Amino acid sequence: MTGFSPAEASTPDTFAPVEIGLHGVRKRFSDQVAVDGISLDVHEGEFFSVLGPSGCGKTTVLRMIAGFVDPDEGRIELDGNDMVGVPPYRRDVNTVFQSYALFPHMSVWDNVAYGLKRKKIRGDELKRRVGEHLELVRLSQFAKRRPAQLSGGQQQRVAIARALAAGPQLLLLDEPLGALDAKLRKELQIELMRIQREVGTTFLYVTHDQEEALVLSHRIAVMNAGRIEQVGYPEDVYERPATRFVAGFIGTSNILDAEVSGVDGEFAELTAPGATRLRARFSGSVGHGRKVAATVRPEKVHLFNTTAEPPAGWCVLQGVVHDVVYTGVSTQFVVDTPGGELVAFVQNAQRIDDAGAPGQPVRMAWDPEFTVLLEKADD
Amino acid sequence: MNRRPWILGFVVFLVFVFLYAPIAWLAIASFNSSRSLSRISGVSTQWYVELFDDSRVLESLQLTLQLALASAVISTVIGTLAAFGLRRAFPGRGLWTVLLSLPLVVPEVVMGVAMLGFFVKIAGIPLGFGALLFAHVAFSLSFVVVVVRSRVSGMDVRLEEAAADLGASPFVAFRTVTLPLVAPAVVAGAAFAFLLSFDDVVISSYLTGVGSTTLPVFVYAQASKRGISPEIVALSTLMVTTTAVLLVIGVMVASWRARKAGSSAQLV
Repeated sequence: MTGFSPAEASTPDTFAPVEIGLHGVRKRFSDQVAVDGISLDVHEGEFFSVLGPSGCGKTTVLRMIAGFVDPDEGRIELDGNDMVGVPPYRRDVNTVFQSYALFPHMSVWDNVAYGLKRKKIRGDELKRRVGEHLELVRLSQFAKRRPAQLSGGQQQRVAIARALAAGPQLLLLDEPLGALDAKLRKELQIELMRIQREVGTTFLYVTHDQEEALVLSHRIAVMNAGRIEQVGYPEDVYERPATRFVAGFIGTSNILDAEVSGVDGEFAELTAPGATRLRARFSGSVGHGRKVAATVRPEKVHLFNTTAEPPAGWCVLQGVVHDVVYTGVSTQFVVDTPGGELVAFVQNAQRIDDAGAPGQPVRMAWDPEFTVLLEKADD
Repeated sequence: MNRRPWILGFVVFLVFVFLYAPIAWLAIASFNSSRSLSRISGVSTQWYVELFDDSRVLESLQLTLQLALASAVISTVIGTLAAFGLRRAFPGRGLWTVLLSLPLVVPEVVMGVAMLGFFVKIAGIPLGFGALLFAHVAFSLSFVVVVVRSRVSGMDVRLEEAAADLGASPFVAFRTVTLPLVAPAVVAGAAFAFLLSFDDVVISSYLTGVGSTTLPVFVYAQASKRGISPEIVALSTLMVTTTAVLLVIGVMVASWRARKAGSSAQLV
């Protein structure tokens, strides 16, 4: 195991050398463009996720890196060497398949040993490394079993051990938890993080599950329709979505059509239907009269009834409670406003009986720091 | 559904009687000490003894076994390769697949005429072992392809991708992953081909030469010329037993390999 202490690994060095670099990669299948010009750098030791809806091209990106598919255009560089045209069995990259793809006619031990044997590792060295990786995924006692005799979660761990045992520079994971139930998925997420921190191998993880990407990753690339919409730390893509797609795909977003009516220091003043005051921090040029989309996350929104006063300087929007959904941890309020239906998540830490019932007029208010401006043309 | 299980049981019993009564009679009659086939007079193995004294029987047994073995090996190799070839998409794959299974439904009498005409008269292969081998490979091939193809097309391509991903060259991936996984079907296909050759009368009867007769053709000729003699009954019993033993071994091997591979037993 390489020397990656958890503290180091949890804040990966973005100045670490680039492990895998994609440059203008394009791939077209007969009737459609799957990957439409992607450039991406993943650094050594990173847990990097490619997040997007099904059909967005993320699996094609992975398969191009693995070598099962060659790009039509662009370069794929592993450690600075162009990999295009190099067959999968000569790439120092291993894949954890969504369907596991464990060899059914071999024991767990032989599955894990497969990649090592191809590298001509034999005898005690082979035994040691297989044993090490079975231990890493906590399956030492199942070494003699066949894959069919294991549960789905155990099979997935064998697949991880098999791919890691071969000692790749880069591990590709194709929705590895997709076939598992919710509880097991949570357990394996934690397991995956632990394994990645322990071995320090660069992980490139493909998923459509935004929560999974947020929990696991050092950085995330959000993909849509063959393009990358945004690359950033989990907090970036969640708190400061760059496009309307990212705002809508990751978590829930309230999106308001607004117009810039003035500038006050670092804040833009906006007008929007039903808004008493709407402000957003901005960078760059925001001209007067410019049409924008203002977004705010539902959990940033506080609800006030007609008698209580929101803090000074906050954004305030008038509406009427349409629906109240109790979800345990929080309560979800759906509010009708002149600008459309908006949502607020209120933590059930305090009593919420005041702003309760459907039909009641209510004010939605939030700190303007949480308003994110997006291009209007983006929809 | 299960209110009258005994009725179902009785029907199953009748089916088995219908299927196996003639064969059971065959076995019993072969140990009869009398020459008569309708009257059981005592237990004897004399017909078997006479059988093994008959050099014609032994010669045709040897020919039949050699033929079945050679035909099984050749058709299994070619058929397995064809099954893999049909896995890839290429223009006209559907047509080729149909063409490969056509011999399964062409009447044997017609196949016999065609093979006699082509292999012997046109290609000039002499009657006897050579012509028989060509013909047996030709009609066994379709069965092997059908059996192996079902397994090959049901195989997850990700397994071979996983092998390549882990550093296996195409040849190594085939040897370590693909072949072990299709082996049960290859074994089943080979057993099928062996039995088809071992059992064949119609096509073989066109192609046997002087002094090179297969066992089934010999039995048929004897029975049609001289009627059913106790020797022929004993020989038939032996052939049934051999076929049954081979079939059971084939099924056992196939299901053992399949179980080893972690999937359910699957002969076809």
